[in-house]
Amino acid sequence: MEAYKKHSSVAAVMNRSNVDTDQIIPKQFLKKVERSGFGVHLFHDWRYLEDGSDNPEFELNRPEFKGAKILVAGDNFGCGSSREHAPWSIADYGFNTIISTSFADIFFNNCFKNGILPIKVDTDTLKALMDEVEANPGIEITVDLASQQISSPGGQAISFDVDPFRKDTLLKGLDDIGWTLQFEDKISEYEVQHRQQLPWLWPSA
Amino acid sequence: MKKTMYQKIWDAHLVHQPEGSAALLYVDRHLMHEVTSPQAFEGLRIANRPVRNSHSILATMDHCVPTKVEERATLPDPIGKKQIEVMAQNCADNDINLYDMNSANNGVIHIVVPEHGFVHPGMVVCCGDSHTATHGAFGALAFGIGTSEVEHIMATQTIQQKQSKTMLVKVDGELSPFATAKDIVLAIIGKIGTAGGTGYVIEFAGSAIEALTMEGRMTVCNMAIEGGARAGLIAPDQKTIDFLNGKEFAPSEEHWDQAVEYWLSLKSDDGAEYDAVVELNAADIAPQVTWGTSPEQVLPVDAVLPEPSQINDLIKSQAAESALKYMGLKAGQKMTDVGVDVVFVGSCTNGRIEDFRAIAEVSKGKKVADGVQAIAVPGSYPVKAQAEAEGIDKVLIEAGWEWREPGCSMCLAMNGDYLQPEQRCASTSNRNFEGRQGKGGRTHLVSPAMAAAAAIEGKFVDLRSWK
Repeated sequence: MEAYKKHSSVAAVMNRSNVDTDQIIPKQFLKKVERSGFGVHLFHDWRYLEDGSDNPEFELNRPEFKGAKILVAGDNFGCGSSREHAPWSIADYGFNTIISTSFADIFFNNCFKNGILPIKVDTDTLKALMDEVEANPGIEITVDLASQQISSPGGQAISFDVDPFRKDTLLKGLDDIGWTLQFEDKISEYEVQHRQQLPWLWPSA
Repeated sequence: MKKTMYQKIWDAHLVHQPEGSAALLYVDRHLMHEVTSPQAFEGLRIANRPVRNSHSILATMDHCVPTKVEERATLPDPIGKKQIEVMAQNCADNDINLYDMNSANNGVIHIVVPEHGFVHPGMVVCCGDSHTATHGAFGALAFGIGTSEVEHIMATQTIQQKQSKTMLVKVDGELSPFATAKDIVLAIIGKIGTAGGTGYVIEFAGSAIEALTMEGRMTVCNMAIEGGARAGLIAPDQKTIDFLNGKEFAPSEEHWDQAVEYWLSLKSDDGAEYDAVVELNAADIAPQVTWGTSPEQVLPVDAVLPEPSQINDLIKSQAAESALKYMGLKAGQKMTDVGVDVVFVGSCTNGRIEDFRAIAEVSKGKKVADGVQAIAVPGSYPVKAQAEAEGIDKVLIEAGWEWREPGCSMCLAMNGDYLQPEQRCASTSNRNFEGRQGKGGRTHLVSPAMAAAAAIEGKFVDLRSWK
């Protein structure tokens, strides 16, 4: 997993509440054998017209929001199923930060496993941020996880909370595997000893 | 301190216990099939991580593989076909030993692995499949995992784990000649319930367990998960040693004596304490049949179906009512009055050679009843070859059975073999959930001999009083 660095990126606004995982990634795309490549299916039913072309009415298709890494979204984002395909598709599309007032619990946890920082802010803060972006679409917002700060060109400075363990793993780019691999030396030591004690478990060198 | 077998295996595999988080347990053997592994390989590719120990992995194709020769060639389901192709590519790319669909070693993962002696006593064994518990029959700590954990093990050779509680299930006494390992485990699940083992690793012990063949022990451990347990364990003994001796992945001659000594040291110490103890008398175990949609809804074949309103526990009472409705049965009915449409013998629970010997013995010189479809699906090509060498295929075909190619088949119905709505099936598999064998299908779990007798009579019979 990529380490989460301080960055300034285009912020896209999605002013809708209760965006559920079925909208994030509709179930016809769950049968794939890959974990990657879900980005093109993100928000499929909203994003594309019947003929498969981009729906110009859909907010993420606005040219000003092209290349956005930050998604500013309405309340209760990510509700519905536990499918990890939802954060897979969001990350694959290019987002690494979602700012909202609230997130569904499972989705919230799945985000951290996939290098996405979900940031909870209060209702007024969210509105002010959305208003600033809507007034100046295409502006870049800065997110600094280390100091837990969001800043905007318009002068907004927003502090946010994050669980220290989650913060640490994101800053280091550690997913569950990355976390375990911190103890790689212990695994290697174990293997040396295991091989001596139970040599028949290992292929003869 | 006196230790259980579980504790001994845990201690021997503890790599690290970081303060305030889960332990890292070393994984000796990683088993794989085509359905739960593709995203794990993809995850490794994205993160640019190698497979740490490819020699620890053995892979097969079983869930999506058709059991009819012609469908095996054409693979009519495009999604299944894709999963099969991706499995082959992932194994080739990562130097993983794969028994593909056409290999003479191919079959259901939990049948194939013991055939080659890939799992030994004392190992920690994982697979993206809940029936990994099967390998507890060898005294290995074996359990199912999710796709993200499949990836985690490939990358780190460890798994993040919290210690389970231990339950001793002791089955003493002599089993009736009409009851089998399957009846033992169904009776245990009937006693403890499908959540009875939740949070536990079960150790099966007692003279009736010791008396089982290795195949029978695998059947018992296979269904530990149906009792809610993370894993089942049986202490290694001379039968275990004899079974492994000479197998492809068994310890070499150089290390054999050392390995055997280690295996025999694994059994729980006398006086070791368990968090729970359950005892059954083998002599009391009649041939079992499940009547509902959960493995705990099981009764001796001669019992009458329960009246939901007389079940005190409200949740169980409601579950019984909805199960009877789904199954098209009535309270007070006897299973021996219930007819079957389909009989399925196979799966990782009962797809081994002795299971086919059992149905051949019952079927010899008889005919499958009119209107009944009876399917015998060997668990692997070696099982199929052995059965054919013994003439079992001829006996079965003569009696009206279909003799298929190996695979998971109708156990989970994702390979072209499935029940039609409201079809009733006597099945040697492990789950009788709603829709498990096909939408609207009605599954009754039984032993192979009970399944074969149902095929011949066209209805469930009590083997003890059958002609």
